[in-house]
Amino acid sequence: MTSVAERAQTRPGRRARSQDSRRRLVVIGNGMAGARAVEEILARGGAEQFSITMFGDEPYGNYNRIMLSHVLSGEESDKDIFLNPLSWYEDNGITLHAGVRADRVDRFAKHVFSSDGRVTPYDTLIIATGSRPHLPPMDGLYTPGGSVKPGVFGFRTIDDTRKMAEHARHDHHRHAVVVGGGLLGLEAAAGLRSFGLGVDVVHSGSHLMSAQMGPDGGAVLRRSVEGLGIGVLTGCRTTAVLGRDRVAGVSLRDRPDIQCDMVVVAAGIRPNVDLAVLSGLPVERAIVVDDRLRVQDEDHIYAVGECVQHRGEVYGLVAPLWEQAVVLASHVTGADTSAAYLGSRTATKLKVAGVEVASMGLQGPELDTDEHIVFSEPSRGVFKSIVVRDNKMVGATLLGDSRKVAFLTQAFDRGLPLPEERLSLMFDLGTPGAEVGVAELDDDAQVCNCNGVSKKDLAAAVKGGCTSVSGAMDATRAGKGCGSCKLLVKQVVEWAADGAVEEDPAATYYVPGIPLDKAALMAEIRKRGLRSVSAVFQALAPGGAEDAKSKMGLASLLKMMLADQYIDERDARFINDRVHANIQRDGTFSVVPQMKGGVTSVQQLRRIADVAEKHNVPLIKLTGGQRIDLLGIPKEDLPQVWADLDMPSGYAYGKSFRTVKTCVGKDFCRYGTGDSTKLGIEIESRFQGIESPAKLKLAVSGCPRNCAESLVKDVGVVAVEGGRWEIYVGGAAGAHIRKGDLLATVDDPEEVTVLTGRFMQYYREHANWLERTYAFVPRVGIEHLRAVIVEDAQGIAAQLDAAMQASVDSYVDPWSERADPQTPGQFRTSLPLTVLPQVPVQ
Amino acid sequence: MSVPGPGTTSRILGPVDQIPLGEGRAFAVGGEQVAVFRLRDGTVRALAAACPHRGGPIADGTIDRQQVICPLHQHAFDLTSGCSTTGAEPLRAYRVSVDDERNLVLENGQV
Repeated sequence: MTSVAERAQTRPGRRARSQDSRRRLVVIGNGMAGARAVEEILARGGAEQFSITMFGDEPYGNYNRIMLSHVLSGEESDKDIFLNPLSWYEDNGITLHAGVRADRVDRFAKHVFSSDGRVTPYDTLIIATGSRPHLPPMDGLYTPGGSVKPGVFGFRTIDDTRKMAEHARHDHHRHAVVVGGGLLGLEAAAGLRSFGLGVDVVHSGSHLMSAQMGPDGGAVLRRSVEGLGIGVLTGCRTTAVLGRDRVAGVSLRDRPDIQCDMVVVAAGIRPNVDLAVLSGLPVERAIVVDDRLRVQDEDHIYAVGECVQHRGEVYGLVAPLWEQAVVLASHVTGADTSAAYLGSRTATKLKVAGVEVASMGLQGPELDTDEHIVFSEPSRGVFKSIVVRDNKMVGATLLGDSRKVAFLTQAFDRGLPLPEERLSLMFDLGTPGAEVGVAELDDDAQVCNCNGVSKKDLAAAVKGGCTSVSGAMDATRAGKGCGSCKLLVKQVVEWAADGAVEEDPAATYYVPGIPLDKAALMAEIRKRGLRSVSAVFQALAPGGAEDAKSKMGLASLLKMMLADQYIDERDARFINDRVHANIQRDGTFSVVPQMKGGVTSVQQLRRIADVAEKHNVPLIKLTGGQRIDLLGIPKEDLPQVWADLDMPSGYAYGKSFRTVKTCVGKDFCRYGTGDSTKLGIEIESRFQGIESPAKLKLAVSGCPRNCAESLVKDVGVVAVEGGRWEIYVGGAAGAHIRKGDLLATVDDPEEVTVLTGRFMQYYREHANWLERTYAFVPRVGIEHLRAVIVEDAQGIAAQLDAAMQASVDSYVDPWSERADPQTPGQFRTSLPLTVLPQVPVQ
Repeated sequence: MSVPGPGTTSRILGPVDQIPLGEGRAFAVGGEQVAVFRLRDGTVRALAAACPHRGGPIADGTIDRQQVICPLHQHAFDLTSGCSTTGAEPLRAYRVSVDDERNLVLENGQV
């Protein structure tokens, strides 16, 4: 805090406040945005840094505006909706000027001028002036004196709500008209209906809630609203409020007048920008802020909430406000100066007039290729519409049944891959799987099948204080096996934390020990010319600390980036990569010689048989990748086994290119249309041993019967009639099942090899550590991959091909290390007193 | 270099250079299997060589300055205390040092 002390001495204005050396933070606006911003600032130690003053033009503490409709309908009393009572301000040492309106800011002298004549100096200013109801132009809205005609109400503040209720309770008031059939209008209508008034909603749009849903949903909603006894007029404009000194009715365009005693105007909101305009701050539709929520070109003025315009968007919902408040507080307090607000995807979920409504993203399909799944059951008031693009949900509307909302909101926010059977997006079908809301999962349901972690175990870890996903994973080891359950683990943790999941910055790190995502990590490695894992730790890890969990990922990344320029420190490798074999449960290893395309010969088979006999190999097994696996080899025997085999490594142990499975092909098969075995062997010869973020299993099939299972491989090739080849990417049939996406159909095998290499290089450069292609491909999207890899939309194809070529050129068969160990005791046993193998010879 | 305390015997395991920097090697010492690690700062640590979880070869694990991770199921153990950070039973920890002849010296008493 030396900077504060220094400033206090150098700035004469500070001397008067000698007992308080804190900076002065002034917040204009005491609504949900202003108060939330202050809460977030306090949570980041703001009380030590700042003396805080707030202006609110309502004479109250801070309340939850969203609940006003519940107050109107009598479900809650107005006391229930206060978020922060006046005592909260006292307890936190905040000076609150309630009922005082801030009028103007002198941004050069750093003063706020308020309606009570006060001049308040600030060091940092936050503007959170919110918005007000929009009163559309219509005659008779005002009395000749200029005030709003008695009986006309906005629906914005707790005072509005109290007055509306009071007016509605009046004995001789029988009928109300609500102008606006959006969210707020329908809530007002339902609230007034509960007072026994007749209510008509007049909406200028073609259907109700036209900002949130399409006409079909609007029609179902209309039916539900009418079922409450509320009249609905759509496509209808209110032209005038009738009555001389108080409301007597409304005039409508092209429709008869309606007699009424009160009019509620709920036709949208407008940001309160008067203060900003008067103060010379940049205002377009609202106050313009940058990604730090700082007012454009102002170093000391921030703005937050419904009064701001960020990247052209003005939000009128509460969720964006929470997100903005976090970023703002991070900057104001200096807690995280890299925080950035990048906009919000707005999803609404609420009960409107007793009807559950959830809406997010697109209302309906926009492209020819968009999928649109619709279910409509007007008699029950149920309507569901989901728009899917590239296997990601881009929009949904749900009415009358919100059971799937939790999953859909997540799918929308995060772009989760969707179940192939789209119907299960709308309804729970059969047993709960990963796609179903985790709330319905049984407590004892096993979430992580590798480490036997149940939903209950995870929930207990969360209750015990592990409120980040990685924290709960560390505590229970859920998701630390094959990793295929990570998504479900994440959902369970989020469910158990009830939305209070800590943002886990580490989730974006490439490896846990270095706080950078992959792109940033690669950029730093290039910029600093780092060539070894230890150099990366020294330069980029916090405190230069090594991290065992990060070593393998870094070693793979550096090898990929640098090829033969990589300085290979053997301790950074996982044991499999140190000894070029796959460790087994008893500490012995499995040896899989290369057998390109699954094609072997008499000589190979004889040699393998001889080796198995000589070394008394306990188990000889055919693998799923069409090779022969010799299992139960003690570490110290590996060099001799390789020497006796005299075959290259088959790479059945690394996070690398593994194998190409092929079918018989056209020489023998009577259906074969392409020479799959020849192409498979070529691909395997070219890409053998290439490191990648996770293993790569390939296949080439000679006809669409797909005997090599090309559709479920990381890269799968299928020969089709006419001498053409289809290339599928992102398939899987292991812990995860996924059919690959068609990347391209090409005319000749050379092109297959080029595109395969280019895809793998793009994957190597962009996938997260241990992210298989079945997750990577849907994450980045097949259309994007087609554009980059096939059409070269980014102009990087030549670069990708060259990088892959460099890796191919630096290939050395690791089994040639047998005669000359790379490190002392490379093949020494690690369990000297245990008799290995522990598996009986078969 | 630490001097063996009373009541303990010490064994010389040979030159420290038989362990590459950042790796571990296993030794049979008086009927026990001991994994000795040589950290990248040049210091050494010693733990029992078989993982209490499923008998995995701890000397084949990946290490940093604090911990070793068993290669079989990724249980992690503190290199100094032998305590697991992932909920496994602890590994026995041994006192180990390098003498003036750059030999590894293992003390036969528990830490």
